[in-house]
Amino acid sequence: MNWKNIITIYLKELRDMLRDRRTLISMIVIPTLVMPGLVLGIGFVSYKIVNQARSTVPAVMVLGGEDSPKARAALAANQRIKIIPTTADWKQRISDKKVRAAVEIPSGFDAAIERGAPTAIKIYNYEGEMRSGFAVGEVRRFFTQYRDKVIAARLAERSLPVTLIRPFDVNSENVAPPEKVGGNVIGGLIPYFFLLLSFTGAMYPAMDLTAGEKERGTMEAILSSPIARIDLVLGKFFMVLTASLSTVLFSLVSMGLTFVIGGAMLARSGAAQRAALPSLDPFGLLAVVGMVLPMAVLFSAALLTISLFAKSFKEAQSYVSPLIIVIIMPAVVGLLPGVELNARLALVPILNVSLVSKELVSGVWHWNYLALIFGSSCVYAAIALALAVRMFNREDVIFRT
Amino acid sequence: MIEARHLTKTFRDKKRGEIHATEAVSFQVVPGQIYGLLGANGAGKTTTLRLLATLLQPTAGSATVAGFDVVRDAQHVRAHVGFLAASTALYGRLTARETIAYFGKLNGMAAEDIQHRTQRLADELDMHEFLDRRCDKFSTGMKQKTSIARTLIHDPVVMIFDEPTVGLDVMAARTIVRFVRDCRARGKTVIYSTHVMSEVEKLCDVIGIIHGGRLLAEGTLEQLRDRFGEQEMEEIFVKVAGEEG
Ligand SMILES: Nc1ncnc2c1ncn2[C@@H]1O[C@H](COP(=O)(O)OP(=O)(O)OP(=O)(O)O)[C@@H](O)[C@H]1O
Ligand SMILES: [Mg+2]
Repeated sequence: MNWKNIITIYLKELRDMLRDRRTLISMIVIPTLVMPGLVLGIGFVSYKIVNQARSTVPAVMVLGGEDSPKARAALAANQRIKIIPTTADWKQRISDKKVRAAVEIPSGFDAAIERGAPTAIKIYNYEGEMRSGFAVGEVRRFFTQYRDKVIAARLAERSLPVTLIRPFDVNSENVAPPEKVGGNVIGGLIPYFFLLLSFTGAMYPAMDLTAGEKERGTMEAILSSPIARIDLVLGKFFMVLTASLSTVLFSLVSMGLTFVIGGAMLARSGAAQRAALPSLDPFGLLAVVGMVLPMAVLFSAALLTISLFAKSFKEAQSYVSPLIIVIIMPAVVGLLPGVELNARLALVPILNVSLVSKELVSGVWHWNYLALIFGSSCVYAAIALALAVRMFNREDVIFRT
Repeated sequence: MIEARHLTKTFRDKKRGEIHATEAVSFQVVPGQIYGLLGANGAGKTTTLRLLATLLQPTAGSATVAGFDVVRDAQHVRAHVGFLAASTALYGRLTARETIAYFGKLNGMAAEDIQHRTQRLADELDMHEFLDRRCDKFSTGMKQKTSIARTLIHDPVVMIFDEPTVGLDVMAARTIVRFVRDCRARGKTVIYSTHVMSEVEKLCDVIGIIHGGRLLAEGTLEQLRDRFGEQEMEEIFVKVAGEEG
């Protein structure tokens, strides 16, 4: 191993790459645009959806209750739902999401309350549909309050205090740090994008520096120079790693700017809207980048190995493109609720980083796991790099026909 | 000095099985001599030259180039060899000067030496006009001169040419031929592969006819003419290769 040669190769590849518009696009333009797009896009869309669902008054049908004018009048007076005329196909309309919910008032409801006889309200909804859920919530809230009023009236009739049936209240308050709340919503997604970008950033240069060179006929000239193969591999490897890491770095910087600028803009347009931006622990985010580092080494070496095997750039693409799925799969599994980090999962590459990153951005540091994951990632990366060196020493790979 | 002793290379191919690209090829090239390796497509020319340039490892046999063994001392061999093949290309995004300097550095030359040597090569090859332009915009002739310069930057004692004139027009091919003669005049050991009969007639001191991976006949043009009773190289070649087939 000769560092002078490695640096010579590296600098040449760097200069070559910086003059290539395609690299610049994949290394700088895409990561710079993707992150703000992602952060703002997700923030904006989720804010929009929730807000719209909240602000539009849900349409609700009332079934029966013709003989209970009191309850019906109170319900109609509620501003938070809109009573629309009842139709026979109300079930279908709920299914079609035209009506959010239907509320059934049993016959003789008013009279039953008057007498103190048992009776029940029934709400029909579209289970799992968010806006139907909101409507049900409103209807429930209304009837709960209505019931409280009835109770209060009955107690007053008997001159009993309200505390008789309500000896204490139960209140809840969120004390989790705001990072944690934001982290759970979107936190898993952002580190995952760093992983993906560290892969896509390495993809193009890895293929160009191996299969591309073979195809263009520049590889043979380098191989006939006196440098050792290992120097050639390492020089190329450092270049691919540079591309991968700068992709991550550019996305990190642009994401930081998005938060600062986007946050300032949203704050000016109303404090409530700040919630639209996912909140992340900045130190956790840096730690995520630290965890992505050995992954970038792994990806760079693996991509070099695989694309060296190809005879042409096109062939390399056909090997490398399906690998994106391999990157996406563990990362998606890491996003699933209920998949929690344990010692065994901490050894599964990609998935481990995805899982621990989710925790990191919400400000939770599992030092043991972090060490285990970083260590195992380094081992995998070293294996991949050794494999790349082996591959460059195989003449049946270099001169594959 | 090049010495090949029973150089053998067998490729294993999934579809074709074992391919004997070269079989026990032996020859010698001394300094100041051009050895012409004449053969048809698939004869084993490129394989032989790659073995000499240490790009491939022999399955059997051995060779010494500039006094170094191609297997044990591959790195030293490469340091003393200039390898130019029709299939080798230039980095399109580098300028001619950067390309030459890159190969100089890979050969362990100091920046100053590279600069002087580039200057001299550019004078000799008349390259000054395009020295600082990017190679992807070059004409074939300019590319060729740049390739020659990058092969020569470390002043190798042995030159290996693999069909360097393939795909070139008459003028460009003549530049190459003139340059190969130059190498001989400077006392370099030159091996030159081709399938063009007229080139060997004009250029080579010793001719080796390779066919099916085996060196079937060898000698000066005169010796071959005497031996096969033919004047034209083409006739000699057909006789040699035909006997085999
Ligand atoms: N890397 C390889 N793997 C498998 N077979 C190979 C490889 N390189 C060459 N061959 C085979 O070895 C034989 C000799 O090939 P070689 O390239 O040495 O011939 P050549 O004389 O240079 O021919 P050409 O005029 O086409 O360049 C051919 O049959 C070729 O297909
Ligand atoms: Mg050939």
